[in-house]
Amino acid sequence: MSTAALSTRGLDKSFGSLVVAKNIELDLPRGARYALIGPNGAGKTTLINLITGMLKPDGGRILLEGEEVTALRPEERVKRGLVRTFQINTLFPHLSALEAVTLAVCERRGYAGTWWQKLPAYADAIEEAYSILLSLRLGASCYRPTRELAYGQQRLLEIALALATNPKVLLLDEPAAGVPQGESAELFSVIADLSEDIAVLFIEHDMNVVFRFARRIIVMVGGRILVEGTPKEIAADARVREVYLGGAHHG
Amino acid sequence: MTSSAAAEPQRYLEAQIRWRPLEIVFWLATLLPFVLTPSYLVLASQIAITALFALSLDLILGYAGIVSLGHAAYFGFGSYTAGLIAKWGWGEPLSGLIIAAAAAGLLGYLTSFIIARFRHLALIMITLGLGLLLAEAANSASWLTGGADGLQGVRMWNLLGIFPFDLYGTAAYGYALAMLFLLFLVARRLINSPFGLALRGIRENAVRMPAIGAPSPAHIRKIYTIAAVIAGVAGALLAQTTETVSLETLSFQRSADVLVILILGGAGRLYGGIVGAIIYMVARDQLSDINPQYWYFWIGTLLVAVVIFLPNGILGGLARLMPSGRSRA
Repeated sequence: MSTAALSTRGLDKSFGSLVVAKNIELDLPRGARYALIGPNGAGKTTLINLITGMLKPDGGRILLEGEEVTALRPEERVKRGLVRTFQINTLFPHLSALEAVTLAVCERRGYAGTWWQKLPAYADAIEEAYSILLSLRLGASCYRPTRELAYGQQRLLEIALALATNPKVLLLDEPAAGVPQGESAELFSVIADLSEDIAVLFIEHDMNVVFRFARRIIVMVGGRILVEGTPKEIAADARVREVYLGGAHHG
Repeated sequence: MTSSAAAEPQRYLEAQIRWRPLEIVFWLATLLPFVLTPSYLVLASQIAITALFALSLDLILGYAGIVSLGHAAYFGFGSYTAGLIAKWGWGEPLSGLIIAAAAAGLLGYLTSFIIARFRHLALIMITLGLGLLLAEAANSASWLTGGADGLQGVRMWNLLGIFPFDLYGTAAYGYALAMLFLLFLVARRLINSPFGLALRGIRENAVRMPAIGAPSPAHIRKIYTIAAVIAGVAGALLAQTTETVSLETLSFQRSADVLVILILGGAGRLYGGIVGAIIYMVARDQLSDINPQYWYFWIGTLLVAVVIFLPNGILGGLARLMPSGRSRA
């Protein structure tokens, strides 16, 4: 097997006595479509924060295409292709969608430090940003300020910003959070259509969506990985049923 | 993608930064004091200097969202540098201005490493602290700065070797206005550049910036240094046109005033600081003739009213009335 796009080795994190990540071992191959599921408080978002550098792990290592990135700052990891989106919209309210995505493209192409050239002079960056927006069906609304976009469009813009960084590994934190059930399948079809070069890991609660779009599923409980397998294996796993059904009883 | 696919977005971005007719009218109008109110040219030069100082604050506050209560540090540093150069025998204005700008820029660059690490309340306290520190240092180094008496013996040579800085303020206003316009052009280009877009990104969402691969601290260090250079030019202009430097150039009062001016006019609009400076300085001139003690009563009233009714400043309020107004809130 070739080197995994993303691996973690023995990742640990606790807040005082609360263990939020314990010995997390993860391997995401190139082109992966993995779902990360688990009850609330299982440590799913924390894991994304650890992998992307927004939280510092107490121990363990993070490898991107076999190279260690554990000591890098978040923006340096993004430059190498390790990118995330946010469960709660983390956008630029007064920038238009076009400006926001153009900004991300400019940062990647190394234009963003230039202050003596007009932005419209960078036709290549604008073109790329626009084509990303078109591919996510945001072309018609891209001139409006982000805060005026419909909620579903803002969720798509979350993904557009991540794509503009040209990711190798994309970690999507509940990409359809707050989106009505009918529209979330549409949003996930966008994710399913992403380039096969990108390894995708997404957190999602809707099991219909998970079983439809994930090729493999990782189940987290209490800061630990309980089990990893194909949707079929997970559906048949007694421990997973126990977690979900057991949790519902005490709900 | 064919190149025509991006023609429309490019046109949209071009349209955002195009010169408005109103802007051209405004800059032409800045020449009116020479003919209409020649007896107020000294005041006009002070307004231009204050406007330049406010423009400098706008770059960090209005665009990058860096709140500062100590911006006078760079103004005063530029002022004392320009004053000392002239006092020590080199009275040529333009070269003195450049040296003062470089000195203020160096101070800005050094302090930017602290600034870039903090935000919000901590940043307000740090900028305030740095400002007080420098003001007190200037006060105690009276052998150099003249202390509370101010820097005496500043003698400027003629501007461009031709125009003397006289009591009428003709050269002073022409000089200050030219510098304001020149640096306004620089600032305007800067905010319409990819770097300017990145600054607005930091203001809009500092959390998202690293997640799109943006090195925000490096951006902040750069704009803070540039703003310090511009503040230093403003301070140097004041020293050169008045041929004296007082501790007031470094004072907390000056830092607070420029913040008030920018908020009144409207932050993040480039013209906000200029409009704010005109209103503030003219009002102070008129009101202090009537009743000097109560001057801050009216400014306080105005400030409260503007923040309540026009949260984006006077220019923000005007932009809402005119659909063609600049929409770069």
